[in-house]
Amino acid sequence: MSSYEARFQVWRGDASGGGLADFTVEVNDGEVVLDIVHRLQATQAPDLAVRWNCKAGKCGSCSAEINGRPRLMCMTRMSVFDRDETVSITPLRAFPVVRDLVTDVGYNYRKAREVPAFVPPAGLAPGEYRMSQEDVERSQEFRKCIECFLCQDVCHVVRDHEENKRAYAGPRFLMRIAELDMHPLDAAAEKGLDRGRAAQDEHGLGYCNITKCCTEVCPEGIRITDNALIPLKERAVDRKYDPLVWLGSRIRRRSS
Amino acid sequence: MATGTESQPDSGGVRGRTRAAIAAPHLRTDRWWLAPAVTAAGLLAFVVYSTWRAFSNAHYYAAPYVSPFYSPCLAENCRTMRAGPNAEVFGSWWALSPAIIILIFPLGFRLTCYYYRKAYYRSFWASPPACAVAEPHRGYTGETRFPLILQNVHRYFFYAALLVAGVLTYDTVLAFRDPYYHWGHMGLGTLVFLANIVLIWAYTISCHSCRHIVGGKLRHFSRHPVRYRAWQFVGRLNAHHMLLAWASLVSVALADFYVYLVASGVFDDPRFF
Repeated sequence: MSSYEARFQVWRGDASGGGLADFTVEVNDGEVVLDIVHRLQATQAPDLAVRWNCKAGKCGSCSAEINGRPRLMCMTRMSVFDRDETVSITPLRAFPVVRDLVTDVGYNYRKAREVPAFVPPAGLAPGEYRMSQEDVERSQEFRKCIECFLCQDVCHVVRDHEENKRAYAGPRFLMRIAELDMHPLDAAAEKGLDRGRAAQDEHGLGYCNITKCCTEVCPEGIRITDNALIPLKERAVDRKYDPLVWLGSRIRRRSS
Repeated sequence: MATGTESQPDSGGVRGRTRAAIAAPHLRTDRWWLAPAVTAAGLLAFVVYSTWRAFSNAHYYAAPYVSPFYSPCLAENCRTMRAGPNAEVFGSWWALSPAIIILIFPLGFRLTCYYYRKAYYRSFWASPPACAVAEPHRGYTGETRFPLILQNVHRYFFYAALLVAGVLTYDTVLAFRDPYYHWGHMGLGTLVFLANIVLIWAYTISCHSCRHIVGGKLRHFSRHPVRYRAWQFVGRLNAHHMLLAWASLVSVALADFYVYLVASGVFDDPRFF
């Protein structure tokens, strides 16, 4: 096993201010950035604030920006960097900072609450749901989400424009709407809830200009843009901007 | 998760007062600018070339080949192409290049295409220039209002693009003639046209709107097995939509340039049989 000394710049501070602090830390073969942060805590900066939990890329806690790119610290191998490179580690820059590498991701929980939940179908009790695999596999891709909020962090709609946080749910929660709208048993429409229209009118789907950064940073490899956001935009077009679809639905409604 | 530091309205973006105090608009160390720069150069090159060819109104027909920029030819001032895509819908009052009439449709299809939107939003409008690189604009409304809300007409351009692809397929069939209109022949131009039409169809069919129309809008694939298969097929193509967008853009320009070279007498079309 070989080891070397690597240079790091780690953001230290809180809401009142802060900056990048220089550190030199030992790195061993096979280590990831989170290992280095833990060594930093153990040897040089015991008060360094950082969120982490599973160390396996499944809890979504250790999101940060490494060399300016939103990533999970536990899934970023040190071997991807040159040994003489200075590696920067900063908190997520789209959210208010709490301290050091910890940010307040409450925006995401507020947006999660704004998405109406799954509406159970009438006449079926839990345990009686039956669905074909081909009907649910689209939604299953979105269920891989680990809530790391890297997609929310990288989305320029809120990252570069704080004022849009009021109107825009962000890719993670637009994906949640898509998941429910594609769910074969969701009975929202029967209850008068049009998820496609709501995505456009209430959750800011129109703000998304499909530049695919959410897909690029997703550690679960979910094709957020191609499989959730664009299909949702097409569904919104069906509901709001396509006169032929509107006419067809009126005729169908009248004939039935 | 509320911690008492919930964000207040603030237009400072990554340098806003609640965010981590970092003066640099980004900390990326890779060559993030390369992809938007190459994209901008490629798109600009095509715009310059296609503008020159569309307005030149010359050297677009060399029997049996007709340039894809001029097909179908809908004005009376088009060159007569034997059994070719002439349809004088616009009559004699149209005095400009006939290419302008038809190019609006493939142009609109590509302009509103989900891939090209990403490409030009990033490379021309820097919105954003690259992931996690701060954009230079103070405000942002995306596609919520005019004019960008018009991007929602993409599916209508898709329908038009289907018709244009059909005409280009017909042109490719006509390319199996010799310069004297005898059937059963092939030249280098026939191969160029064949490659072009395959790429044009692949790009058109791989469109996200097409994917939605053939099956994506359904909630129960199990009740529509044929549409489910079609959706899967389009989905596989759709995964390569960016590649097909560029390949078909290059191939259509090459097909046009080939016709230009033959029509302007730079060289004769090499005939295979």
